[in-house]
Amino acid sequence: MQWEVVVGLEIHTQLLTQSKLFSGASTTFGGAPNSQACAVDIALPGVLPVLNRGVVELAVKFGLSIDARINSPSIFARKNYFYPDLPKGYQISQFELPIVEGGQINIQTGKNNEEDERIINITRAHLEEDAGKSLHEDFHGMTGIDLNRAGTPLLEIVSEPDMRSSAEAVAFAKKIHTLVRWLGISDGNMEEGSFRCDANVSVRRLGDDTLGTRREIKNLNSFRYLQQAIEYEAEFQKYILETGGKIKQATVLFDSEKRETHVMRTKEDSHDYRYFPDPDLLPLIISSDWIEEIRASMVEPPDLCFSRFIDSEIGSNGKETYALSKYDATMLTVDIDIATYFEKVVRIIGRKEAKLCANWVIGEVATRLNQDNKNITASPISPQQLAELILRICDGTVSGKTAKDIFNTMWDGESHTSADEIIKIKGLRQISNSDEITKLVDMVLIENPQQVADFCRGKERAFNSLVGQVMKKTKGKANPAQVNDILKERLKKKN
Amino acid sequence: MAVTLEDVKRVANLARIEISNDEANTTLDQITGIFSLIEQMELVDTSKIAPMSHAQGVEQRLRKDEVTEIDQHKLFQLQAPKTEAKLYLVPKVIE
Repeated sequence: MQWEVVVGLEIHTQLLTQSKLFSGASTTFGGAPNSQACAVDIALPGVLPVLNRGVVELAVKFGLSIDARINSPSIFARKNYFYPDLPKGYQISQFELPIVEGGQINIQTGKNNEEDERIINITRAHLEEDAGKSLHEDFHGMTGIDLNRAGTPLLEIVSEPDMRSSAEAVAFAKKIHTLVRWLGISDGNMEEGSFRCDANVSVRRLGDDTLGTRREIKNLNSFRYLQQAIEYEAEFQKYILETGGKIKQATVLFDSEKRETHVMRTKEDSHDYRYFPDPDLLPLIISSDWIEEIRASMVEPPDLCFSRFIDSEIGSNGKETYALSKYDATMLTVDIDIATYFEKVVRIIGRKEAKLCANWVIGEVATRLNQDNKNITASPISPQQLAELILRICDGTVSGKTAKDIFNTMWDGESHTSADEIIKIKGLRQISNSDEITKLVDMVLIENPQQVADFCRGKERAFNSLVGQVMKKTKGKANPAQVNDILKERLKKKN
Repeated sequence: MAVTLEDVKRVANLARIEISNDEANTTLDQITGIFSLIEQMELVDTSKIAPMSHAQGVEQRLRKDEVTEIDQHKLFQLQAPKTEAKLYLVPKVIE
């Protein structure tokens, strides 16, 4: 039987603010327990929450970036449940009139293939406060509570059940992850819990219109777990249905070691949160002037940056375009810092050499960053330094291969040295004098009669070997293109 | 809308309030009274009136995103029944 997997995601992303959603306590990660939990966060009687303006601005930025509606008024609600890391006995969240409603995200599951492009609709994104942390290690049979995280602002992004595979769910989650980091609204740090996913999974017979009963997998904090959990869950549900069983709505947890899901609670004992508007908080009004002010402060969204990188015509907005391949543009827009670095380099060199610049940023720079586990903002080679080096390839001073050696020399500590200095000190200037090269080519031809004969008999490989011999004689400093040309010409004469 | 004794007991349970049968019955009477009042109010045609959240049309006040609080855990923890390693200790909870 053919089955279709249906997935919807809920993503909790921590907003990048100095202070909490409703209090002036710090949100810095890793403080001593309870050192950043003030009277509001620990719910002392008589305190009042006061909304953080910065949080509203970050949520609006997200809404604008996905073409969503910004609700005004937007209201806060109490979600009631009991747990020791929730001191008020309720979480301030949003139910009716969330700050962001609607909007959409484009995802690609294949490489360079437009057919693999899909639109995922966003239901809503609402603001809510995070809970504290329970430490179940042994405190004489008791549980330790750290409330530093209580009240930290979260944006919960809820998608429609528009995804049809684990791969699509991962592509969507990654897209949101890139977007929130790009916009600067979240650091997206998954180890610290700043980006966590819940997946609603159901299966149905291919062609069915109605959705199957779903089970919700909670708290997936890596893309790999997200993929594995959905795959396991879908297989499990197919098996149950194929053997005549029924799916019961439930909340499940993913065991990453056993790679399976197990039930946390079923619908019968699911929480009834008794949402109601929080009487401590008035409706949030977001004026259109304020929205425009926020829009004006936003960086170019990643999708627009991507289109600009692949476009060949300069757009109506007069912004630079680079006619890159989709693959190159994808690699350069995984992160705003990489895109910015690339543009700094290409602005110095000129858009004609955009492809060469892209190759360097995606190739050498990315490789070394990976090896050193560094972010591009911490690159020992500045965009200016890289541009100077690439310029020396463009003007024929050094070959691409020599340039790579210079790049590595610069990277490995001889910082603040320019490419020009290294070329001068190490005598790496390319030999572009054709008389000199011709002399060397002739010498190589005399020294290697066998290869010459092989080439004349049609063995192409002999040619490369001869080029190699010439390069060796110049210690790699000859212009390879020129060597090729001269060698071809001399061999033609022999033929 | 009729409220039943079961509803009252369920809400009490969700709110972690222990109530006796007598208390539940009294509460049921009171809630039923409130509901009939609401039913009466619902008879008024409000279809042409925009909903409002506050009699004076006030809106949510906002604060600047800055840290204004200092670490007062020592003071706060004076009231806690049990603490250790700066943590509040509570009876063990496992779902």
